Amino acid sequence: MLRLESLTKRYPTGDLALKGVDLEMPKGQVLALIGPSGAGKSTLVRCINRLVEPSSGKVSLDGVEVTSLGGRALRRMRRQMGMIFQEYALVERLTVMENVLSGRLGYVGFWRSYFRRFPQSDIDEAFRLLARVGLEHMVDKRADELSGGQRQRVGIARALIQDPRLLLVDEPTASLDPKTSRQIMRLICELCGERDLPAIINIHDVLLAKMFAQRIVGLQLGEIVYDGSPQGLTDEVLTQIYGEEDWSATVGKGGEEGEAEESAEHHDLPEPDRDRLAGMT
Amino acid sequence: MASAPRVSGGASLAGRRWRPPPLIKRRWLRWTLGLGVALYLAAAFGTIEVNWSRVYDGLPRGQAFLAAFFPPDFTSRWEEILEGINESLWMTVASTVVGIAISVPVGLGAARNIAPAPVYYFCRSIIAVSRSFQEVLLAIFFVKLFGFGPFAGFVTLSFATIGFFAKLLAEDIEDMDPTQAEAVRATGAGWFQWLNYAVQPQVLPRFIGLSLYRFDINFRESAVVGIVGGGGIGATLNTAFERYEFDSAAAILLVIIAIVMAIEYLSGYVRKWVQ
Amino acid sequence: MPVREEAGLKVWQRRERGRQLAIWAGWLIGVTIFLYCFQLISDKTIWFFVLDAGTQAGDLGSRMFPPQWSYVDQLWVPLWDTLNIATIGTAIAIVIAVPVAFLAARNTTPSVLFLRPIALFIIVASRSINSLIWALLLVAIVGPGEFAGIIAIGFRSIGFVAKLLYEAIEEIDPAQVEAVTATGAAKPQVLAYGIFPQIAPAFAGISVFRWDINIRESTILGLVGAGGIGIQLNASVMELAWSKVSVILIAILLTVVVSEWVSARIRHAII
Repeated sequence: MLRLESLTKRYPTGDLALKGVDLEMPKGQVLALIGPSGAGKSTLVRCINRLVEPSSGKVSLDGVEVTSLGGRALRRMRRQMGMIFQEYALVERLTVMENVLSGRLGYVGFWRSYFRRFPQSDIDEAFRLLARVGLEHMVDKRADELSGGQRQRVGIARALIQDPRLLLVDEPTASLDPKTSRQIMRLICELCGERDLPAIINIHDVLLAKMFAQRIVGLQLGEIVYDGSPQGLTDEVLTQIYGEEDWSATVGKGGEEGEAEESAEHHDLPEPDRDRLAGMT
Repeated sequence: MASAPRVSGGASLAGRRWRPPPLIKRRWLRWTLGLGVALYLAAAFGTIEVNWSRVYDGLPRGQAFLAAFFPPDFTSRWEEILEGINESLWMTVASTVVGIAISVPVGLGAARNIAPAPVYYFCRSIIAVSRSFQEVLLAIFFVKLFGFGPFAGFVTLSFATIGFFAKLLAEDIEDMDPTQAEAVRATGAGWFQWLNYAVQPQVLPRFIGLSLYRFDINFRESAVVGIVGGGGIGATLNTAFERYEFDSAAAILLVIIAIVMAIEYLSGYVRKWVQ
Repeated sequence: MPVREEAGLKVWQRRERGRQLAIWAGWLIGVTIFLYCFQLISDKTIWFFVLDAGTQAGDLGSRMFPPQWSYVDQLWVPLWDTLNIATIGTAIAIVIAVPVAFLAARNTTPSVLFLRPIALFIIVASRSINSLIWALLLVAIVGPGEFAGIIAIGFRSIGFVAKLLYEAIEEIDPAQVEAVTATGAAKPQVLAYGIFPQIAPAFAGISVFRWDINIRESTILGLVGAGGIGIQLNASVMELAWSKVSVILIAILLTVVVSEWVSARIRHAII
């Protein structure tokens, strides 16, 4: 079980990205984190495995406080949290297999990983996962030869081979077409179901969130403004999260027939991402 | 790693081996290259004559030699250092300007996409000759022709600039976006108009960057053309070595390093300002 | 907007007046500096010799041709030495330059305040001092011969390779590094999986490029006694055997052209 207690992040530029977020997540739950660009979704996910160092507050996974760990203990904790990235973040010049095996880096020593001598059990598991995500014929292809959907499948395999207790998913569909987005989301949710794995999926596509998540958390300017079921996302709630807009198409639908409304949903153009801007200055 | 439930249907895959694919796919090529490199290294190390006893003897001498560099003596030869640096800077400025001025037509002629074949081959051979000979080697000849002093150094550096600059300029022109060039040509522009409106805007930023970089190189090279009589700080350095005034030599080297750093800093600044 | 009203009509200008004036002033200053520098050089020049250069060149040309082709037989060994100086010198430089580059790159250096400035100083010092000057120093320390040449080439190349490499390291995609870090990988593993694959092509390209430059540089080290074909060149120039000099120059030209071709081929194969 994952617990966040008054998690706060202030960037060196002074931007307050998270304002005391409290959140509790039971095992096996798929949670979608929605909110406008710059609401702090990315920061929240990265504070959990401390790719971004929180300024204050606590994160604990199954009773172990992540925020107080250092060095080796932090790496041990990170290997129990699989992460799937926006734009895939595969190491482009490594092969599919090497990318998947890189999920085991937290478990093997440096020289073993350097000479690509992973234990046979890891390799078996990698083949199994690649078959599961439908890429068994691509094992020795280089990552930059793959299409977007294929890359994200590799990303999923890399996260799962870590044998994680929690999945952190950061905008998995941001650069995919609508059909592939649905396939990827379905795959992630199926795998979570198979393994009883909790997942936090940070996603800007409200329709997708409603289709696949069991619980929705709306974030606005670093604060939780909605926490409830997908059905509870009404006009008023969406307005509260994103601001004034005609939400009828988004609220009315849900489930698989939402495809036709795709274009209406894409009208809310993302503003410049505040987290990114903060990093650039 | 046994806690999570395994995906079904994977049993047939268990035990399948995996090795990373080799860098070179063809087996015979891989082995030939490997063998070739090994043979070369063996031959190379076999034929280098290192007189280890001389090296060993040299170490204490080297220590004394290095000790002679410290502390660097800026004062006793300061006048000459100043003069040498000045001369080097003149040479650098003049040769960079002249070299680039000549490089532009040569570079245009050496770009395959805008020059006719005979011009292309002519300009490419100028570049090849200029690039093949190290500055010092050129300096020997120019000193022979023009006499000792900074003029020979100036001609050397200008000539060396052509090879460097024209080549990179030509490559840049070859890499430019052909649609922009086509669009301007479609307006009915003349050749020079076309250069001005289609080619120049595309290559200008890099052109300025390369000019600054070449300025930097020319200054550093001006420190060595002096060794063979081309004037500048190199001549001062050579004199210091010949007189065994190593502390002055150390001062000269430090001054060179400082100026190179300053030029690098300035050129970074100018580049930012231009873009 | 660079549009100005004139007699009620809008006149478009490329730049605003002030900016245009500044650009003209810049050109004026530039040209003045150039003319001033040239004037100073000219003051130090004995123009009689310069004007005489045509006859000198003709004279030199007639002595250089025809080249004394039989001399080639004595050049194979020096050429081989030249190649070795360049290759082994480059190899040594690469071994030292890689750690220096990682210390110098802002995103991989362990200490911005202490180690990074040291690495940057090593880079600048190595780059500022020409290999011929390094050779001059080293011949005095380890004695004449290829060994001094190899070390000189090595020292000079460290800065070059390290500078280009650290710039490549600073330009890597941080998302890939983040992804590898998120798996719980240790620092060296992040280096090997997240960073090295990204810079590998740049690394190979830079190494081959420097090797190509070093072939050229090592042809002159012999002038100060540091081995290679420069020794023969120096001797021939000293004894005014110009028909031998022309053979040496042709040999150098061919070697350099071939090495440039090889280096271009390798770089193409990598990318």
